[in-house]
Amino acid sequence: MTGAAASAPGSRPWQRYTRGQRLARFAAWLAAVAVLVWSAGTLDIHWPFVLDAPRQAGDLLGRMLPPEWPFFAQVIGPMVETINIATLGTLLGAALSVPVALMAAQNTTLNAATLWAARVVVVASRSVNELVWALLFGVVFGPGAMAGMVAVGVSSVGFVSKLVAEGIEEVDGGQVEAIAATGASRGQVLIYAVLPQVLPTIIGVLTFRWDINIRQSSIIGLVGAGGIGITLNNEMNSFAWANVTVILIAIFAVVMASEWVSAQLRRRVT
Amino acid sequence: MLTIDKLTKTYADGHQALRDCSFTVPGAQVVAVIGPSGAGKSTLIRCINRLVAPTRGHVHLGDTDLTAAGTAGLRDVRRRIGMIFQEFNLIERLTVMENVLAGRLATVSFLQAFLRRFPAGDIDRAFELLGRVGLDGYENSRADALSGGQRQRVGIARALMQEPELLLVDEPTSSLDPKVARSIMGLICELAGERRIPALINIHDVGLALGFAQRVIGLNGGRVVFDGAPEAVDEAVLTRIYGADEWRDAFRQEGGEDMLAAGGAAS
Repeated sequence: MTGAAASAPGSRPWQRYTRGQRLARFAAWLAAVAVLVWSAGTLDIHWPFVLDAPRQAGDLLGRMLPPEWPFFAQVIGPMVETINIATLGTLLGAALSVPVALMAAQNTTLNAATLWAARVVVVASRSVNELVWALLFGVVFGPGAMAGMVAVGVSSVGFVSKLVAEGIEEVDGGQVEAIAATGASRGQVLIYAVLPQVLPTIIGVLTFRWDINIRQSSIIGLVGAGGIGITLNNEMNSFAWANVTVILIAIFAVVMASEWVSAQLRRRVT
Repeated sequence: MLTIDKLTKTYADGHQALRDCSFTVPGAQVVAVIGPSGAGKSTLIRCINRLVAPTRGHVHLGDTDLTAAGTAGLRDVRRRIGMIFQEFNLIERLTVMENVLAGRLATVSFLQAFLRRFPAGDIDRAFELLGRVGLDGYENSRADALSGGQRQRVGIARALMQEPELLLVDEPTSSLDPKVARSIMGLICELAGERRIPALINIHDVGLALGFAQRVIGLNGGRVVFDGAPEAVDEAVLTRIYGADEWRDAFRQEGGEDMLAAGGAAS
């Protein structure tokens, strides 16, 4: 039998990697560890503080509990403002996204220049953090809810127009062709053939973004752009930790509620 | 009158879909365009209403040169040509009424279209057409709730809503079962006849083509290889259109029984 010779021990050596590959892998691991050590070094970690952290955390928890429940009355106003910033900001973002989404979709854009311009707007909106937008618009409109609303709107444009543009690119071309064949104008084709097909996507994306914006607008107050974040910042600065707990619980409750609402809305349109 | 003169279409990839196609449809005539897949049937009718831009040649509808129409002219030209599609191409999430009224888009403003505020006369006509195609009471149903046959009836009503001078019909029955296909084909020919509208019908089912059309045009490789009465379509003609063996397969589809009758009459 030919198999007998082949099955002698050691006659068919097998190794997962060649010698060269093993060396390369070892070098890669070594480099990864070196980067880790170097980046930890640049952080300039003050070890006594790190070792002290558990005790400090316990101390903070002691000061935060029990929550100062009566403070809840003063949270309602800013919380409502937060929700309004998120809602109006989402609507502003939706309005701003209409031209951007149309230009960012291959099948509705006018030419290569508009396609790229829209893509730049999408990337610009997404790459700058909400807090940075809030700081910028705080300078433009002065601190307050207006700056917050515009910041939320502008930072929503990238997310909304990107996803809606993808929805536009997926529409059934046959339906578009049929409406164009009736002699409809370009605009009429958009509202009659494209919009009905993209509407579920638009509603889904907007409610999802509204849910994200509720979370965003609860922190942009930290840079003065209105909402519950201002209250949170004030209470932290005055070391009123029991009040901070009430605020955190309120934010948690609202975010949970908004997530539920947006899930319900999205389920309805699909 | 529809006049097609040396119509040629070469796609960007070099594929020659149409080569010097010429023919005239003098009046209200139902013309079946038959040919194997890739013969250029679909390109031919799309070059007429310029959903596809022809490379060379001319198309005249009455006195209008369709190939020369500018943007505004093109809207008017398309309004004058109704089109019916294989996949119906209804706006699935809109109601039957909205789909039928889409046939009037060329005559209303953007805002009217957005708000669905169509003139009362159009709405009356839409109801009348829905009745005529057998969809009384369906005006508020969503298109995606209808059966295939019903959807094609909406497609027919939409095309007629345009008050067209010409009907372009692209494989109207390919997405339907044989029985429904027959009734849809009958309805199209009946409506075209009673309204005196010429119709150009792409159809791969030769049995249906011979049964319903008053004239048959055979395409092969983008050229017109036959143009004559259905009675003149015999084995030799089919071989010219489909090639030696393929045409037998064409009959073995839905219209098989019809073909036996039609073929018997022809031979």
